[in-house]
Amino acid sequence: MNLDSMYQEIILDHYRNPLHRGLRDPFDAEVHHVNPTCGDEVTLRVKVVDGVVEDVSYESEGCSISQASASVMSDLVIGKKIDDAMELEREFLALMQSRGTAEGDEEVLQDAIAFAGVSKYPARVKCALLSWMAWKDATAKAMEPAVASPAASAHASPVDIDVPEQEKP
Amino acid sequence: MTVTDPRLVGAVDAARTSAAGAATSTSAAGSIGYDVDAVRKDFPILARTVHDGLPLVYLDSAATSQKPLAVLDAERTYYEQHNANVHRGIHVLAEEATAAYEATRDTVAAFIGATDRREVTFTKNSTEALNLVAYAMSNAETTGAEAERFRIGPGDEIVVTEMEHHSNLVPWQMLARRTGATLRWIGLTDDGRLALDDLDSIITERTKVVSMVHQSNILGTVNPVERIVARAREVGALTVLDGSQSVPHLPIDVTALGVDFLAFTGHKMCAPTGVGVLWGRYELLEVMPPFLGGGEMIEVVTMEASTYAPPPHRFEAGTPMISQVVGLGAAVDYLSALGMPAIAAHEHAITTYALDALGSVPGLRIIGPPTAQDRGGAISFVLTDDSGRNIHPHDVGQLLDERGIAVRVGHHCARPVCLRFGIPATTRASFHLYTTTAEVDALVEGLHGVRRFFSR
Repeated sequence: MNLDSMYQEIILDHYRNPLHRGLRDPFDAEVHHVNPTCGDEVTLRVKVVDGVVEDVSYESEGCSISQASASVMSDLVIGKKIDDAMELEREFLALMQSRGTAEGDEEVLQDAIAFAGVSKYPARVKCALLSWMAWKDATAKAMEPAVASPAASAHASPVDIDVPEQEKP
Repeated sequence: MTVTDPRLVGAVDAARTSAAGAATSTSAAGSIGYDVDAVRKDFPILARTVHDGLPLVYLDSAATSQKPLAVLDAERTYYEQHNANVHRGIHVLAEEATAAYEATRDTVAAFIGATDRREVTFTKNSTEALNLVAYAMSNAETTGAEAERFRIGPGDEIVVTEMEHHSNLVPWQMLARRTGATLRWIGLTDDGRLALDDLDSIITERTKVVSMVHQSNILGTVNPVERIVARAREVGALTVLDGSQSVPHLPIDVTALGVDFLAFTGHKMCAPTGVGVLWGRYELLEVMPPFLGGGEMIEVVTMEASTYAPPPHRFEAGTPMISQVVGLGAAVDYLSALGMPAIAAHEHAITTYALDALGSVPGLRIIGPPTAQDRGGAISFVLTDDSGRNIHPHDVGQLLDERGIAVRVGHHCARPVCLRFGIPATTRASFHLYTTTAEVDALVEGLHGVRRFFSR
């Protein structure tokens, strides 16, 4: 086993110099997600204009994997049509749930392909998925017609993810 | 009742012989009192390798301890020779199983200085033991006047500490919710000890129960039980002690501690998972309402109502964890043969060594008491890289695992402690009777490696 397959240089770069970090206005929805097993937290905002992800901004705290993943995710989805970004999220989720068996499509996943190695470590998969799940949740809320207030805030529990529990809270 | 099935004695004797052999041989370290290398041979898992040939360095005993062969043998012998349900058959196996189960009650009572075997109730773990007391208190509402000591309601107060494991915090939060009582707590000092200056204003005439941890699982702090118990007694409050992290590591005498209840769990003291203990003063247990209802805990049952068995059976509803209780008996015999004072001395020496060695790692900050005085072998810390940036405990734990070193990372089921110290999580190394200074050296070397990795 080679740990460098988890701690790819791309991941460490994003960890040291995260992109799109810091909460920004305007936004349509804000969510707060936590990973209770390790205390990773992210507060994330989404701004959607005409079916396109106009902006994703966040404040987060956690391990290198969760921090780098938030940076990679936001850089990938900003500017994409929501449908395309959701498709990307499904690709990334499939890669993370593959337990090291999937290679992933680098054309589609770009920098997110660097997380392929993380899927071999069940305890860390949730770290990599935290910001993706927060983005998906925030985007769904941003698309809800009932949400009139631009500062709509929600505190959602983590989306159920099919990975084994490694540590009790 | 001190009947022990003769065929079970074999495994238990083997435990005594192997542990006693280690205890009598001279240790290279001199002051330690038993030969750690000999003791380690009793724990097969400590000899295994991980990640293609790396020796295992197990520094996660506060999460769960490893098990000596004697415990594994006792469970196996029980299932191979004696398996039956307890307290209900009149055949040979049922009698043997009952004798083996009940023998552990005597063993445990003697181990913690209890004078009455009926004061020992077997539970699933510490969590269930603590919930048992908390639910008994709210159930007192529906029982007779004899349970007055346990009755609690609006205006009454429950006192815990800020360093509780969630298992000794959440049940009391829930009790407060059920009954309208108020939860209060004793805060912490910056070096991870209880802030006792305003003790008299926290524990007052309104306090019905004080529940506190003996040795913190995250800070390592050993709390001054006697001082808090003295105040609780002044105001007539019940006292509950969470001994999950102390009973496996320190000589314990419930009479000397002066508490009303003591909860602890088997799996942290070399016994199997699935078995714990609630010890309580008999005069209190005698009037304490039950928590779980079912078979075994009753006296007379009609369709309308039931009366309950006397302690301890009132609190042991349903078929218990028989093989685990047998395993717990073997574990206690193993610990007793080594001697709890010798185990405590060994762990104190390792803790002193580790605190000193960890102090040599740049960017490492201990969360908890900085010296080994009134402190056990669970050491939490946070770490920064060369530029002062925090290295998250998950990353620390992952890189240590790559070297075969097992530590725990996270908030250790004591999230309020992390909040108190303004940190998201810690890395925790924890020790037991089999931990060596070489393992501490491996940890320190590993931490230097972690810093190099993230400082590059």
